[in-house]
Amino acid sequence: MEPLFAVLVGALFTVAFYLFLSKHIIRILMGAAILSNGVNLLIFTAGRVTREVPPVIGHDADVLSASAANPLPQALILTAIVIAFSFFAFLLVLGFRTFQKLETDRSDEMRLAEPVSEPSPPVGY
Amino acid sequence: MAVPSTPLEDLSVAYLMEPVAAADWLIPAPVVWCLLVGSVLVMLRKRTALQPLIAIPSLMVLVFITLGLLWHVAVNGTVTMTMGRWLPPFGISFTVDLLSAFFAATSSLVALAAGIYGRSDVDDSSRRYGFYPFLLLIMAGILGAFLTGDIFNLYVWFEVLLISSFGLLVLGSRPVQLDGAVKYAFLNLIATTLFLVATGYLYGLFGTLNMADIAIKASELRGAAPLMTLVTLFLLAFAMKAAAFPVNFWLPASYHTPRIVVSAMFAGLLTKVGIYALLRILGMLFPVERQELSFLIALAAAFTMILGVMGALAQNDIRRAMGFLVISGIGVMMAGLALGSPAGLSGAILYAAHSMVVMTALYFAVGISARLGSSFKLTEAGGLYARNAAVAGLTLVLFLSVAGLPPFSGFWPKIMLVKASLDVGAWWLAGAILMTGLLTTIAVGRIWALAYWRPAPEAADGAGETPDPMDTQPLSFGATAALGGLVVITIAAGVWPEPVMALAQEAARGLLDPSAYVQSVFPVEASQ
Repeated sequence: MEPLFAVLVGALFTVAFYLFLSKHIIRILMGAAILSNGVNLLIFTAGRVTREVPPVIGHDADVLSASAANPLPQALILTAIVIAFSFFAFLLVLGFRTFQKLETDRSDEMRLAEPVSEPSPPVGY
Repeated sequence: MAVPSTPLEDLSVAYLMEPVAAADWLIPAPVVWCLLVGSVLVMLRKRTALQPLIAIPSLMVLVFITLGLLWHVAVNGTVTMTMGRWLPPFGISFTVDLLSAFFAATSSLVALAAGIYGRSDVDDSSRRYGFYPFLLLIMAGILGAFLTGDIFNLYVWFEVLLISSFGLLVLGSRPVQLDGAVKYAFLNLIATTLFLVATGYLYGLFGTLNMADIAIKASELRGAAPLMTLVTLFLLAFAMKAAAFPVNFWLPASYHTPRIVVSAMFAGLLTKVGIYALLRILGMLFPVERQELSFLIALAAAFTMILGVMGALAQNDIRRAMGFLVISGIGVMMAGLALGSPAGLSGAILYAAHSMVVMTALYFAVGISARLGSSFKLTEAGGLYARNAAVAGLTLVLFLSVAGLPPFSGFWPKIMLVKASLDVGAWWLAGAILMTGLLTTIAVGRIWALAYWRPAPEAADGAGETPDPMDTQPLSFGATAALGGLVVITIAAGVWPEPVMALAQEAARGLLDPSAYVQSVFPVEASQ
């Protein structure tokens, strides 16, 4: 199972970074959503993917048996999903508001903060 | 198998049984206090006149709490508190050593100054949209990041401060702010996602997220696990947060767009959290890997400081020039990290504390210059010395301090770093630090000559955009007091540097030899 998931994580990262290279904010946004899912899957895979052994510690042991899936990464992912979702929601609204105010969603046309025609500072007076 | 006779005996296997000492409640207190006051302020968000009256005294209390924590740590050594009394590494620990406490105390001083300055810099509408709640919540994130002893918890605090910083950045939602916020938000989101990737790998390799536990296990795993890959990933993620070259382009795109008080807060604190994480994870947890990467870090440091200050030289907008000076300072701190020697690390720590105070104060000074009737554009600015010689003098002190000239606080850490570089024969790194000092002097000297010394130019009629009314309101006592207080700190730390230098050196020793840190988290194991 793990090799398959590793390839899938790699594919998700590839798609995400391809989308990040775009100039359109909406594509970068989709890239961010895919990247966060890729990361979650990565952590999930790192905690062993198995459903045969329940993650219950037996009477005579202090730790989980080595073949059981580790539940902690799943708890980490839960946190990460909540955070990624709220960020996605914020970025979606931010991107939309920017589109409304600047009337563009191309990042190279957003030059208000860094104007192209800014004069050089004076060299003397 | 021994069947426990009473369940109470069994509890000590999983729980810390001794009650928490009263003084140890100081460990989570800064974060708890910020979250508490922040949530009260959210409830009162429509009472705009009341908010600063609650927020500013609360920030004063926060300063006392963090100073108390610093004193507690300086007297008793590293202290730990584990959430829910679970035995570490199962519970999330807050572990506070001198480095954490020093940064926490400095940052809450800066936050207090920002709270006072913000009273006259933020209009009612921005207050309704939550300037003060965000200020307290971003402090919760920053202090949580400084105090925590758990890497995933560090990630969570990074996200807390990031989401609050988004809120602060778009307050007012002028088009220029939205433009800056888009770049800031996306690039920072990618940086924290990289941090999460690295954390996932780290857990996969170590099976623990507790920093003290990682410090113990790193030496066992070295050679058996791809630690270099892991550490390089951490380096990339935190360098992006700290705005080191070549991943710094979000900073000059966004830091000049929000209200001055927000820029000041960001410039002082946010990038330093990245530096703190670099010091903690590369400096303390993975010193061997850091040594391997030291040439790369040194190269990035040299490029960051030189290109940062050259960016500052090229700017006509004073606020943007200040953004580039923030980057240049990050390079100086990275140089200390690259050296990794006691002198190098203590120089980096001291420079970070200096930069927190001085960069915040510099933005205040720029905001005050606009209120005195000057412009943010160097081509149109002028006549500030004639209008208010006292403020011009305070600003000159800050300019000299950021350039690293004596007798101000920027001088000592630079001396330590130059000496530390020469000690290991890295003459080019020492040269880069000195060159940066010279170029910074030219950059800020020119700003002072043009905006302060030069007579006010003839008002160009109707040229340029109309300024924000909050930018041009008359100067208030609070704003001057916030600037003056920070200037007093930089002068005091420059004239009387021994206490802070000793503190930074002790903090660097704690990073290089984490045994006290480990012992604080695992008292039983270390004493065996």
